[in-house]
Order: sequence, then C-alpha cells, then structure tokens
Amino acid sequence: MNSKNFDLPKSKIQISRNTSLIIGTLFFFLGIFDFCLNNLLGTNITSFLPRFINFFTPLIFGVIGLHFIRIEFSGIKILDSLNKNINPSNFNAALSLCIIFLIIFALPPLLNWFIFDANISGDTKEACTGGGACWVYIKVWFNRFMYGMYPNAEQWRINVTFIAVLGFMAAGFFTPAKFRNYLSLYYTLILPIISFILIYYLISGGSFGLEWVETGAWGGLSLTFIVAFFSLIFCFPIGMMLALGRRSDLPIVKYSSLSFIEFWRGVPLITVLFMSAVMFPMFLPDGTYVDKLIRVVVAITLFEAAYTAEVIRGGLQALPRGQYDAAKSLGMGYWKLHIFVILPQALKLVIPGIANTFLALVKDTPLIFVVGLLEVVGMLNLAKTNPKWLGFSMEGYVFAGIIFWIICYSMSKYSQKLELKYKTDR
Amino acid sequence: MKLKKFLPQLLTLLFIVLIFGFFTMNAQENMDTRGIEFGFGFLTQEASFDIQFSLIDYDGSDSYARAYLVGLLNTLLVAFIGIILATLLGLIVGVARLSPNYLIRKTASFYIEFFRNVPLLLQIFFWYFAALRALPMPQDATMILGSSFMTIKGFFTPAPIWTNFDVFFITLIIAMILVFFFVKFAKKKQEQEGKQLPVLIISLVIFIGLPLLTFLVGGVDLSFSFPELRKMSKSSYTFDGGMGIPPELIALTLALTLYTATFIAENVRAGIQGIGKGQKEAAASIGLTPSQVLKLVIMPQALRIIIPPTTNQYLNLTKNSSLAAAIAYPDLVLVFAGTAMMQTGKAIEIVGITMATYLTISIAISLLMNWYNQRIAIKEK
Repeated sequence: MNSKNFDLPKSKIQISRNTSLIIGTLFFFLGIFDFCLNNLLGTNITSFLPRFINFFTPLIFGVIGLHFIRIEFSGIKILDSLNKNINPSNFNAALSLCIIFLIIFALPPLLNWFIFDANISGDTKEACTGGGACWVYIKVWFNRFMYGMYPNAEQWRINVTFIAVLGFMAAGFFTPAKFRNYLSLYYTLILPIISFILIYYLISGGSFGLEWVETGAWGGLSLTFIVAFFSLIFCFPIGMMLALGRRSDLPIVKYSSLSFIEFWRGVPLITVLFMSAVMFPMFLPDGTYVDKLIRVVVAITLFEAAYTAEVIRGGLQALPRGQYDAAKSLGMGYWKLHIFVILPQALKLVIPGIANTFLALVKDTPLIFVVGLLEVVGMLNLAKTNPKWLGFSMEGYVFAGIIFWIICYSMSKYSQKLELKYKTDR
Repeated sequence: MKLKKFLPQLLTLLFIVLIFGFFTMNAQENMDTRGIEFGFGFLTQEASFDIQFSLIDYDGSDSYARAYLVGLLNTLLVAFIGIILATLLGLIVGVARLSPNYLIRKTASFYIEFFRNVPLLLQIFFWYFAALRALPMPQDATMILGSSFMTIKGFFTPAPIWTNFDVFFITLIIAMILVFFFVKFAKKKQEQEGKQLPVLIISLVIFIGLPLLTFLVGGVDLSFSFPELRKMSKSSYTFDGGMGIPPELIALTLALTLYTATFIAENVRAGIQGIGKGQKEAAASIGLTPSQVLKLVIMPQALRIIIPPTTNQYLNLTKNSSLAAAIAYPDLVLVFAGTAMMQTGKAIEIVGITMATYLTISIAISLLMNWYNQRIAIKEK
C-alpha cells in the first residue's frame, strides 16, 4: 500500500485514511442492513430509539458511512468512481441513499409480482393461484388484444397485409441510385395508394372470394397500426401545404391556413373525434354513409396535420434568408424554390419535431374508443368486464404499457439515429 | 404578375366557400328533414340530470347553462392543479437529470423515458381501474395523519370551516400588495445604494404574519369538520362531513401530472443546457455560490428557452384533461358534450360551444404565458 498521505475527509477528527475507510464501510453497510431488516424481514433492531429518529436510522448510518468514505483519491478504482458519481457531497450522499433504499424497497415485490409469483401455465382463471401477476389472462386474450373481434380464421389476412406493407416500406432502402430521386414521390403518393388497396381488398375483403369483415370488428394492436399508419402518411403532405400557406405573402392563403392551424391546435382531440362521430353525419347529404374508421382517420389526420404544420414552419423559419435569395437569383419560381432548395433543408432540421408529432399520434390512437372502435386499450377495457375474467385489469394495463413503451421508445431512438444521419454541418 | 397573386387566393377562397357551402347546405337539409331547430334556447331549460362532483351548488333542477358551468369549473380545477404539480415535478426532475450524481440522473431519465412513452389514456385507466382499486373500502381504511382516509371511494380529509373568511381574504390580498411594493422598494434600494435587504424573510413575515393577526384581532376563526364513517346500507359505508376528493379526480390529476411533467422536465433540461458553460464559470469566478449561480445567472437565462415550449405543455395538459370523459370525471366534455347532448340532441350547438370554450381557454393561457415571456425576454436597446 502506498503510505503517502492523501487528503483526508473534511471531518474535524484527524484519523488515518484506512481507519476512516473501515468505519465508513461499516456504517454504510450497517445502514443498508438496517433498512433490509426493517423492510424485508420486518425486524427493527433500533426500535428502542424515539419513533422519529428510528425512522431515519438507516439513512443516518448510511450518510455517516458515506461521509467517512469520501476521500478525494484512494487508489481503489471502484471507491473513486463511487465517490465521484454518487457521493460528491453529503447532500448527494443522502439522495443516493434514498434511491438505493427505494430500489431495495420496491424491487423485490415488483419482481415477485412480475416473475416469481406470476402464473403463466394453464388457460383458465383457476390456474392463477400465486399472489403475483396472472399472465394466463394475457395469454388467453392475446389474440383479441392483437386482432380485436376479427374472425380467427381470417387473421392471416392481417398478417399478410402487414408484412406486405412493411416490404413496400423497406423498398426505399434497396432502390438503385438511379431511382433515388423519385423516393419522396413513392413515399408520399404511391405507397399510401398501395397500402390502401392492400388493406381494402385484403383486410376488408368482400371480393376475390374473401369474406367481408366490417371495420367495427377490426381492433386490437393491428387497428392501432392501421389508424396510425394512414394518419401519419396523410398528415405529412397536408401539414407541409399548411406550413407553406402560413408563410405565404398572399393574405387570403395566409389567414385561412393560420385559422385552420390554430383551430385544430386549440381543441382537444377527443372533441374532434366526438364531432366526427355525432356531428359529421349531419353535414353529409342524406343517405351517404362514411365508414367510422375513415371518419376517425380523417379527424386524426386533420388534427395532427396542424401540429406537423407548426413543426415544419419552425424549420422553414430557421433557414437563413440567403437560401431564398440565392435560389431566386437563379431564377427559380415559388414551387421550384421550395421543392428543390428550401424544403429538403427545412425537413432535415425538423426531424426530431416530426418524430415527436408522430409519437403523439401513436399515443393518441387509444382515443378512438369514442366512436366505438376498440384498439388495444379499448380491448383491455372490454376484456376487463368479461364476467369470466374479472379482476385482472392490472395485468392488462401493464401489458399494454409495455407494448406501447416498446413501440414509442424504439421510434424515438430511430428518429435520433435519423437525425444524426441527416445532420449536415452549417 | 397580378394574376400570379390573384389566382391562388381565388382558388383558396373558392375551395373554402365550396366546402363550407356544401356542409351547411347538407346540415340545413338534414335538420329540416329531421325537424331539429338550430338555437341556444335549450341552455335555460331544466337539465334534469345529476353530476357526481361539482364545485358550485348544482342539482337536477338547474339549467343546462348551470351544468355547463359545473363542467367548465371541473375542467379548470383539474387543469389548474395539474399545471402547478407538473411544473414543480418537471422542474425537480429536469434539474435532477443534470445532477452530478449518477443515481439521481439515471432515476430521473428512467422516469422520463418510461412515462412519456406510454399513452396518457392508458395511464389514466391504470391509475383509476388498477392502482386506485387496490385501496381499501371506507370501513377498512386506516387513518392517515390522524384525520384523513385514503379509500377506494376517494380521499377524505377535514374540511375547513371559516368564520369571517372575507376579513382573512382581504388581509391576504393586502399582504400580497405590501410584499409587491416591498420587493420593488428593495430592488430600487439595491440598485441605488447597493444595500441588500433580507427580502425573503421580511416578505414571509408580512405574508404569514398579517393574516395570522386577523385570527387574534379580526374575529377570524378556523375550525375543521372531520370525515366520519357512516353506514349507508348493510355492507356499504361512506364518509360524511369533511372534504371528499373523488377517485376520478385523483387518477386524472395523477396521470396528467406524471405525464406532462416528463415533457416539462425535458424543456427545463434543454433550457439549462442551452446556457453556455462559460456563464456558469464566469459566475462562479466572481464568487457566487452554486445556488446563487443557478438562481441569479442560469435560471433567468434558461427561462427564456424554457417558457415557450412549456406554454405548449400547459395547453396540452388543459386539452388532455378532456380524457376525463373516459373515467367519468364530470368535466366539460362529459357533462356537456356527453350527457347534455344525448338529452337535447343539439349536436351542432353543443359541440360548437365546447370547442369554442377550449379555444378560449387555450388562447387565454397563450396570452398569459406570452405576456410573461415578453416580460422576461432580453431587452435589447
């Protein structure tokens, strides 16, 4: 051991480095031990102390311990990083201890509920005997959560459609360089048409010998994807037009875009869906019927288009004036200027904003319960009221939470990647 | 050149007129054939439905206008509590994300990543249908802090009963005005003479001391009515007296707060990170303590970055409070666009009023926050 005299902790009593380390470690683990005893085994070794102090004993022990351990340089790697990262001051030591205690307090019961006491085998409610989660419930209802009331025998149609749409979406990655210029056209115009045809003829059915399945029976996670996909695809071009309109010099164009945007941004989505459910039929000629899925997609699209427009406007505003002037000096007209010079740069700038809008869109899809369409969350609420399976709402919501978390988290990570990929130095 | 400006505008106008014309024509026809008349006369009619939770006196014999007011107040209540709690939590978590402490930083980012990637509606359902349902029934509830009960039917806590509340209230306002002028005076003194007055302590003394005086002199008195268990039927109990906060309100506020706070926290973090490191170092080099650096140098500048996106979050929270309808908390959407519309059938008028109300609230919040934003903006000469 190096006998050089390192900085001692700022305690008034001068003791050697090693003694302070030993005392510190002892106190620290005493604190943790006391807390574990209190919470995991239910024994309290400090119960002779007054109630108020007794409650804080683990914390007090721990802070004293961490205070002694806090040596600026000890030569032991773990200890140094510990001091630097969780123990830079007494205040921080107390906060760190609180979090450590919280983990000790919450993790075992959570893990027990989630894994160790949970039931997964069997397929009736009676199989759930443990005190933990009843994943049997999810297993039995899994099909419904994914496909809603869609007939079991026809579910391959949904799968095939999704795989096909994914394939068409991925086509962009494999296009030869020659066709790269037409990609945006492909994504904004051709892909939506292809997907619409696929969904209409395959999922809806009614022709080519496929059984007709009305949209009311669609549901579950597949419906979430369908609604989100179409709204996402349509809201982008509309939002772009609105953003350009709002920055236009022409007063009528400008103020109509502005009032459109502000109107949709000012009202909650649920009232918009309400309107599409009860009010919209009043505004159509007598006898015409628009499917409620289409009404929902239109409502969400218009709603999100207003938000997309504001995001894109931010990007347009961020471009320096020189870009406009330079393009104009080359003799470009309004459309040429925007399509070839301004928009490509502006859209690059607003990738995070657009990704956020899309995330919001995905998270808003559960609201379509207003018109009676049941995606995952709606199906959960329906399953919860099934007399055979009462009392498993917790499992259901946790399950849906995990699904949505995976979708949204991976989307946001992907957008961060895109942002880095398209980042150009300016 | 003229045509280039004229044509797009004409087309836009034509498009708008055509769409609106088409829709109003259809609506007119549909209403004629169904014999529905357009008008707001229904607002004065008797509503004849009950509302579970209201801030003002209301019963079924009141008018639809009164029901509307109840719904509106309930919406504003949730929005108000939510905005305050979410701001506090967001501020704490946002600062925590930049903490030098690894555990704190990771906990904060775990919280943010988790809560903002799960749909708000799902969170509301989770708190209402899963978490709050695990609470005990009223008769089995244990007492919290000697007076309150957390039960499956809501949170019951003592209700204050005031005598001469108006005297107390007026003193409170007077104290506020006094503090305002004192702070102004202290600032002037510091600018002119360089003297620092103990602003915080004196303000606190004025703010707490003056209203306390009214208890001694002004005949103001405060007592509490405590919640008491009462048997309703054989196995059903409830609490009487005191103040009951319904579980719907708790679940909604909890979900809105936890969800919105994640976004506010990210705004706060971005705001603080947006301030150059040099600012911090310069401030530290003239001998300011870390808390002074944060309060006097970092935050005033960071606020300029934080306020505009946070305004959006306040608007979102207010609009998201309409999800209350999903768990039957009687907010504007449920009371008015739900029950009232089902009863009267006045779809167009009611949806119109509801949307107009939300637009007004949104604009009011925007204006308020813009005013605040301009106040703290850099004043360049």
